[in-house]
Amino acid sequence: MAGLLGAAPVAAATAEPSPTASASAPAAPTGFSVGGTIANGDEPVEGAEILVEGEGFSETVATDADGVWRVDVPAQGSYTSTLDVDSLPEGVEPRDPDSITRTSNLNTTPNANVLFPMGESTIEGTSTWDTVVTRLIYGINFGLMLALAAIGISLIFGTTGLNNFAHGELLTFGALISFFLTAVLGWSIWAAIAVTLVASAAFGWFHDAAIFKPLRRRRVGLVQAMIVTIGLSIVLRYVFLMIFGGRTEFIQTGFNQVVPVGPANLQASSLISMAISVVVLVAVGLFLTKTRIGKATRAVSDNAALAAASGIDVDRIIRIVWVLGATLTGLSGILYGVFRGVSWIMGFQILLLLFAAVTLGGLGSAFGALVGAIIIGLVTELSTLWLPADLRFATALIILILILLLRPQGILGRRERIG
Amino acid sequence: MDFLFVINQALGVALSPTTAAYALAAIGIGVHFGYAGLLNFGQAGFMAIGAYAFGITTLSLDFPFPLAFLSAIVASVVFALILGIPTLRLRADYLAIVTIAAAEIVRYIVSTTGLSSVTGGASGLSAFARSFQSFNPLPGGSYGFGPWTYSRAEFWVFLWGWGLVAIATVIVWLLMRSPWGRVVKGIREDEDAVRSLGKNVYAYKMQALVLGGVFGSLAGVIFILPRAIQPTNYATTLTFFTWTILLLGGAATVFGPIIGSMIFWVLLVLTEGVIGGLVRADVITFLDTTQAGQIRFVLLGLALILLVVFRPQGIFGNKKELSFNV
Repeated sequence: MAGLLGAAPVAAATAEPSPTASASAPAAPTGFSVGGTIANGDEPVEGAEILVEGEGFSETVATDADGVWRVDVPAQGSYTSTLDVDSLPEGVEPRDPDSITRTSNLNTTPNANVLFPMGESTIEGTSTWDTVVTRLIYGINFGLMLALAAIGISLIFGTTGLNNFAHGELLTFGALISFFLTAVLGWSIWAAIAVTLVASAAFGWFHDAAIFKPLRRRRVGLVQAMIVTIGLSIVLRYVFLMIFGGRTEFIQTGFNQVVPVGPANLQASSLISMAISVVVLVAVGLFLTKTRIGKATRAVSDNAALAAASGIDVDRIIRIVWVLGATLTGLSGILYGVFRGVSWIMGFQILLLLFAAVTLGGLGSAFGALVGAIIIGLVTELSTLWLPADLRFATALIILILILLLRPQGILGRRERIG
Repeated sequence: MDFLFVINQALGVALSPTTAAYALAAIGIGVHFGYAGLLNFGQAGFMAIGAYAFGITTLSLDFPFPLAFLSAIVASVVFALILGIPTLRLRADYLAIVTIAAAEIVRYIVSTTGLSSVTGGASGLSAFARSFQSFNPLPGGSYGFGPWTYSRAEFWVFLWGWGLVAIATVIVWLLMRSPWGRVVKGIREDEDAVRSLGKNVYAYKMQALVLGGVFGSLAGVIFILPRAIQPTNYATTLTFFTWTILLLGGAATVFGPIIGSMIFWVLLVLTEGVIGGLVRADVITFLDTTQAGQIRFVLLGLALILLVVFRPQGIFGNKKELSFNV
C-alpha cells in the first residue's frame, strides 16, 4: 500500500536551521512524511533521535548536521513522533520535558511538521500571521482545484437539472488515466495531461450518449436519474478499485523545487497548478459570456423550453456541457492526484465538498460555483487554525448548512431557483 | 465448490439481525421517500446517531439498556429537527444534499481524535451489549433449526431486531391508512394542493422526517448489537445500500423494505459464494479472490440502475403510488 515512488530524502537538507520551525519547512518531494528541525537557540542539534510510529509503521531517525529530520511514512493517517531525550547532546534539554510526544494527522496534506523546542523560551515561535498566510495560500490552491470540478457539476445541473452523484468518478477517472500515463508508461506530464483531457472529454460524451440522453428520451424523472447516478457511481468506483486496488499513489510532475511565497514555501508544482486553474477558469468564463455556444448554454440553464423555442439545439448544448464538464473535472483530478494522491475513492471523498461549493454559490450558476469552491477551499484550510485537522471537511459542510439556513439561494443564486 | 454451504449461508443471512437492521432503516426512508416524498440521503447519519447514542450512554453514563434505547430515540428526534428546520421549506433536492452532508458531518465528528475519549475516535466502541444481554430472559441452550440456529445471546438480538421490524411495519401500515397518512401522501403528490386545503405541510413533513429518522436510529442500534461500532460503517455507501433495498422492494409498500433487505443480503452472499468459488476453482481466471468480492458491488450498482429505470416501483410497488418528480 506504500504511496512512495522514488522519494528523494535529500531535499530536506536545504533548510536553514532556525529556532522557529515554520509551518512550511521543506517537504520531501513525494509521498507522506513527518519531519522538522531541532535547534537549541541558534545552534542546530545534531544526532537527536526521534521515533515515528503509526499505522503499523515505526522508524527512528536522527537529525543531521543542520538539525533537520524527516521520515517518509507509507500512507496517510495519524503518526506520533517521540523525542528521545537521552539522545540529546550535553547541555541541551527540551523546553518542556513532559511534552516530548507529538501527534500529526496526514489526511489531506502529505507533510507534517513537528516542533520540539529546546532550551529556554526566547522566541514566540511561528507568528500567527505567517500561519494564516500559509493556510490562505493552501486554501486558495485547494479552492481552485475544487472550482474546476464544481463548475462541471454546476453546468450539468444548470442545463439538465440533474444532481450527478457520479461526478466524483469523473475526477478519479482523470487522475487514474494520468497516473497510468506518467507512472506506468513513463510519459512526460504535459503529454499525459493532454491525453487525459481528451480521454475525460470522451468519457463525458459517453456519459451523455450512452446513459443520460436515452434517459431523457424515456422521460425518466429527475429523482430517478439521480438514483441512476448513484448506481453509476457505485459501479465506476468498484471498477476503479478492481483495476487500481486500494493503494494511494502520487502523480509525478518533476517540478519539486521549493519556491518561497511570503512566509509559505510552496512547491513549484503548486504554483503551476494554480496558474493552470486560473487560466482555465478565465477561459471558461470567457466561453460562457462571449461565445455563441456559451451564451446558448446560459440560455438553456435559465429556461430550457424557452431556449429550445428560440432555435437553440438543447440536446447539442447538453452534450457540449457534458464534454466540457468532464474535461474540467478530469483536469481537476490530475491536479488533485499531484497533491493529495490518486486512489479509487478520491473523487467520492470530495464529492460532497463539490456539492457544497455548488450549493453555496447558487445551484446552476457557474460563477457561483467558482466563488463557492474558493470559500470551501479557504474554510477547510483556515479551520485547521482552531479545529483539529480531521474535522476540516466537516467544517465546510456545516458552513453549507448554515448558508442554506440564511440564504437558501446561495451567494450568487437567484431567489426563483429555490422553488 | 461447496454449493450446500453457500446456500446454507445465504439462507442464514436472510434472517440475520443485520438484515433486520437494514430492513428497519429502509422502512425509515420508506416513510421519508415512499410516503412523504422527502429525499433523505442521510439515513447512515440517523443510524450512526442511534448507534453512538446507545453506545455512549451505555459505556460513559452507565445507562441500563431501556434508558440507552430511549436515548437513541431522543437523539434521532433532535437530529431530525435540526435537519428539518433549515431544509424542509426548500426544494426536494436541497434536502438530499443537506441530509447527505449532515450524515457525513456526524461521521467526521464521531471519528475525530479530539473526542476519542467519548466516541473511541477512528477505532469506535465495543463491549456495550452487556446491559442488553443482562435483560435476556431466555433460558440457555440453542434456538431455531438448520441454517437458522442461534445461541441464547444471538436469539435475543434476533427477537429484538425482527420484533422492531414487525412493530415498525404495523405502525407504518396503520399510519398510512389514517387521515395523517393521506395528508402525507397528498404532500408527495402535490404539496401546493395540500397547502391550499389548509394543512400545515411543513409540520407534516417534519413529523414524517422524525418518524423515519427514529426507525433509522433503531436500525443503527440493532446493527451494532451483534458487533462493534465502527465509524467507517456509516459512510454514504450505507445510505445508498438502504436506498437500493427500498427501491428493490418497492418504495411505497408495507412489506417492500423487508423483502428488499432479504433479497439484497441473500444475493450479496450468494454472488460472493458463487463468484468466489468459481475463482478458487480456476473457472474464472481473470479475477483474483479480492476482486471477486468487489465485483459484487459493480453488479449491485448495475442492478440499482436497471431497477430504477425499468421497474422504479420495485417488486411489490404500484407505479401510481410513486412520484419521482421533484
